[in-house]
Amino acid sequence: MAKSNSPAVSTSQTWWLLGAALTALVPLIPHVPPWLVALALLLLAGRALLNWTQRKLPARRWLVLLTFAGTAGVLAQFKTLFGQNPGVALLILFLALKPLEARTRRDGLAVVFLCYFLILAQFLFDQSIAAAGMMLATIVTVTAALGSLADARARAADLLRRSGVMLLQAAPFMLLLFVLFPRIQGPLWGLPRDAFSGLTGLSDSMAPGSISNLSQSDAIAFRARFAESPPRDQLYWRGPVLNDFDGRTWRIERRLPAQRLPYVPQGPAIDYEVTLEPHAKRWLFALELPGSLPPDSLMTGDYQLLAKAPVTARQRYKASSHTTMSVGLDDSEHVLQRARTLPPDFNPRTRALAASWRQQHGSDDAAVLDAAKRFFLSQGLAYTLTPPLLGQHSIDEFLFETRQGFCEHYSGAFVFALRAAGLPARVVTGYQGGETNPFDGYFTVRQYDAHAWAEVWLADNGWTRIDPTAISVPLRIEQNLAAAVPAGSNVPFMARLDLALLRELRLRLDALANNWNQWVIGYNPERQREFLDRLGMRAPDWRQMTATLAVLAGLVLLGFTAWALRQRRRTDPVQRTWIRLGRKLQRRGLPRHPWEGPLAYAGRIAVRFPESATEIGTISTLYGRLRYGKLDPVLFSELKSRVARFQP
Amino acid sequence: MSFAAALQDRFIRWALRVRPPEASPVVLSQRRVYVLPTRAGIGFAASLLVMLLGAMNYTLSLGYALTFLLAGLGVTAILHTFRNLAHLSITTGRAEPVFAGDNARFTLLLHNARSDERRQIQLRTADGMPLTLDVAAHASTAARLGVATSERGWLALPRVTLDTTWPLGLIRAWAYAVPDMRCLVYPRPASGAVPPPPTFGGQSGDASRNPMGSEDFLALRGHQLADPPRHVAWKTAARLGADAPLMTKQYADPAAQTVWLDWDALPIAMPIEERLSWLTRWVLDAHATGLSWGLRLPQTRLAPAGGDAHLHACLRRLALHGKE
Repeated sequence: MAKSNSPAVSTSQTWWLLGAALTALVPLIPHVPPWLVALALLLLAGRALLNWTQRKLPARRWLVLLTFAGTAGVLAQFKTLFGQNPGVALLILFLALKPLEARTRRDGLAVVFLCYFLILAQFLFDQSIAAAGMMLATIVTVTAALGSLADARARAADLLRRSGVMLLQAAPFMLLLFVLFPRIQGPLWGLPRDAFSGLTGLSDSMAPGSISNLSQSDAIAFRARFAESPPRDQLYWRGPVLNDFDGRTWRIERRLPAQRLPYVPQGPAIDYEVTLEPHAKRWLFALELPGSLPPDSLMTGDYQLLAKAPVTARQRYKASSHTTMSVGLDDSEHVLQRARTLPPDFNPRTRALAASWRQQHGSDDAAVLDAAKRFFLSQGLAYTLTPPLLGQHSIDEFLFETRQGFCEHYSGAFVFALRAAGLPARVVTGYQGGETNPFDGYFTVRQYDAHAWAEVWLADNGWTRIDPTAISVPLRIEQNLAAAVPAGSNVPFMARLDLALLRELRLRLDALANNWNQWVIGYNPERQREFLDRLGMRAPDWRQMTATLAVLAGLVLLGFTAWALRQRRRTDPVQRTWIRLGRKLQRRGLPRHPWEGPLAYAGRIAVRFPESATEIGTISTLYGRLRYGKLDPVLFSELKSRVARFQP
Repeated sequence: MSFAAALQDRFIRWALRVRPPEASPVVLSQRRVYVLPTRAGIGFAASLLVMLLGAMNYTLSLGYALTFLLAGLGVTAILHTFRNLAHLSITTGRAEPVFAGDNARFTLLLHNARSDERRQIQLRTADGMPLTLDVAAHASTAARLGVATSERGWLALPRVTLDTTWPLGLIRAWAYAVPDMRCLVYPRPASGAVPPPPTFGGQSGDASRNPMGSEDFLALRGHQLADPPRHVAWKTAARLGADAPLMTKQYADPAAQTVWLDWDALPIAMPIEERLSWLTRWVLDAHATGLSWGLRLPQTRLAPAGGDAHLHACLRRLALHGKE
């Protein structure tokens, strides 16, 4: 079987390999199919049993069979073998199978390297502080397993300690490389399509229920840092603008975005920086309305800010917004006509009502709008997280029958009514509100702050924001979700207004996680430049970074080399005493020759100073006994005092 | 010698940094300890490269951190491996004489003056079995290196390669050493049917005396081919049966038993090495039977005597015949 001259793996080395595989596997358990976890644990346990009972490894054909069966399982689960999730699943499968054929040290190395890969794979799912801590524990174990392959007789405690010490010594190199290694913005090649499944956020359409689903989550959508926080009723974070309605679902209108603003910003600006969590879509969020385009972004004709590529990693951008601005005054008739379009066969009661407003107020658009607002206020609509299901004429049912809804019902119905009355209007989705984390000063916007409002075009003001939710339920805007919905609703933890202590703890943890995100996870090319600039490197490019990295890493290496070669010149204390005697006599013109043995030197001294012959005889005898026999502390102190007293 | 072998030889001579052989103690100064990655180390580096690409592609900041930490680990592994060998000092121990064809055993003492253990240090000569050992802190360990012998005379300890991949097996540090040490190789004793020395019971002057001792029976010992047939304990052999080994009767009064082992007693046509081989065999047999013997070689003669010291003096003379 031994196809190579690599030495065989011993029992203790196998225990190390199994331990390493297990520690690398554990952090991935929540992210892979349960059957795969069970299979992997079973295989590792089987290998452990064989190791325990010193039995032979299974024949190769069984392993081939297991490999095929496992791969088929992965294929059945994911429908493909390519991509991120099947890739991780296959890695786990191989890691569980490899120990069953690990006979030589080379096989053992393969297990160790697979473990390192799996640690990396863990970060595809989780890059939190906890995951980093877990990584440290895992990497110490896996490195100890690597050490055991090179030193079969070592004790477990020694292996772990040495692994820990070496990783500690590796830390300065890691730090330098992390800060100075020139970062490139990924991806280098196309990412598999499943790479960012499971991210939450606003989508490109809105139907009854879609935003109230989001409101169940207190995941963070983005954070912002203001120089000066604007008033709460101005905190409308504009996201996807929905212009097309098919009777049930509002969708965005696909229009080519441009690289410049479609309007001229006016009025005072609010400056801030947004750190957006990945949501796998292209929208960027900014307060209505941005006065400039963040780098690498575009804007559509309906003022929707888009990134050039889907936001798959946490992204940071600077923005400035003007909250009081008239825009779209000169929008073309084509655009306005599209904003009046409705499918013909839906919601006849709402249509009739809107027609009556138009009839009553003639061509006075502002008066029609007022009528609509008054209607919404008078209708006694209830704001709820669990609205009843609606049928075909969903808006009619909401406005006249159930009268319970969430912001998507409010905004959808309002825009529908205005369009039915001939006013250009559209739905804007995004986030409303947010709160300042007192511990780091960051303004945090969570998924439950998702909101939908309306935008109507008026001849004297252009596109004007109207929030029908604010008309019916002002508390939603003035405070937050929890204040607006009936008591006892299932509101996410962080949105609740009670439980102050727990909220504080959670805010502290959020602040910590934010720092981690800003400085560790979010350390991208841009942040790297910013950070190095702050450290005094002017306009650092990759050449400068590499050069600095080389110099600093070289210095650390030099320091470590000095440590490695440090020769402690620790002469024997007994010998030191003898040398002291020689130095003493050197002053009397009788130095000790380097080649001279103690007896010969003592003889010379005795001849020169006959009166001290007895004393020097005692000293040299003592020295001989201590130097070549056992070191007796009593005799040694006697030798020292005799040498100190010796005055020929 | 092929070009590659010549190049390697050239490198080793340069890498030694001193003119061999070296006086004891040999200290492996940092200038003569070399490091290169092992196959495992190259695999490790390749894995890191793949991990770095993965971290870049998926923008995994912690992936960068992991890859960089492991890269740092590789760098520290270089230092640890280098340090494991550097400043190790080697002194020479004993090398007992052996017969040609046996393995010479050179004892080297490895001294570790450092307060950290040095582990997994491998010593090997060009053709010998490698030997792996640990040297505790402030301690010495003896390494017994086996070297195959083929001809008699002095055998110098060949070049020793010391190497280590400890602690992670990713890096190999090695050094060459040629400690000044030699082992005496006696001629290979002739085997098979070697007739007893022709001087037995002959011209030695007291042929009437029995070379195996007086008539006072002392003990039985294992039969050797050179024993005279009349000293075989035939009665015992008859009692024990044909399969039992033959025994030889020994008699007291060794002073009376003297034999001359003579170079010139061997056939003139016999080549020198074979002659020495026969004489070696005779010397061994004479010692084994407790005889007192003298050795006559072309230039020298050793007066008859017995015992271990005389045996080794004779063997040494035989080993170095024509080589001094």
